[in-house]
Amino acid sequence: MEETGKISRFLYAFIIYTIIWCILIYSPGIDATHYIQEFSVGLIFALIAAALSYRHLSIKGLRNLSPRRIAWAIAYIPVFLWAMIKANLDVAYRVLHPKRPIRPGIVRIRTNLKNPAGKLALANSITLTPGTMTMQIIDDKYYIHWIYVRSEDEVEAGKHIKGNFEKYLEEVFE
Amino acid sequence: MSIAILILQILGYIFIGIGSFFLLLASIGLLRMPDVYNRMQTATKATTLGALSVLFGVGLLDLAWMPMSIVIALFILLTAPVGASALARASYKHGIKLWKESVVDKYKEEKEEE
Repeated sequence: MEETGKISRFLYAFIIYTIIWCILIYSPGIDATHYIQEFSVGLIFALIAAALSYRHLSIKGLRNLSPRRIAWAIAYIPVFLWAMIKANLDVAYRVLHPKRPIRPGIVRIRTNLKNPAGKLALANSITLTPGTMTMQIIDDKYYIHWIYVRSEDEVEAGKHIKGNFEKYLEEVFE
Repeated sequence: MSIAILILQILGYIFIGIGSFFLLLASIGLLRMPDVYNRMQTATKATTLGALSVLFGVGLLDLAWMPMSIVIALFILLTAPVGASALARASYKHGIKLWKESVVDKYKEEKEEE
């Protein structure tokens, strides 16, 4: 988790904010003059916002935008969406089943991820995938509320819960 | 051209319908689950996919809005789980008990170790 130069981190924040701004100001039927006006105001505010927040946004700065990381991030999207659809069918099953098949509990798993952004991404993914919800992260320990506990052992529960997310996130963030 | 638009319209309404169905499931889940943590589970998952699906459907109805709805969907994806886990942790720290038939509570053990 080595530190990167301030300029690189600042530029990274600036680029991300500018892209989001460009998409947000776009609306159907807007004409070019208005778009350019809004865009230039947006540039100024992106500079201000980036100056205020670049320290918190990233550790690696521009290296986050390397093509290899972006490719892995894109490859992660279908994996994640599929897990999310399964999660919702699972929720549907448990909610609509007359006997309400749940066996809840809080389990502990461990992760190899070091980068804070990576840990957050893993926690979010866990929350949105079948039957699990992250409650607390302490260092490398995740406390997870599991709606149907299959295993209380750290390693085995980790295999069930993390699936193959960790592999992808390691490539994206480490 | 008009047939393509018609197909997109139909697809859009299908997605909006699926999304509404999951939102309905989330509210049924809120009523049926026994404790706050299980309720949070159904509520977070089903509302997130429900909202994503509705947004995607709206994007399909008028393709010009697609970039905007994808950005909104991304923000929901980033924030909804964070909110859920903050709420769950807050209720745990506030002393709300797990459901009586829960099988394991490793978090309590952690606190006792401290």
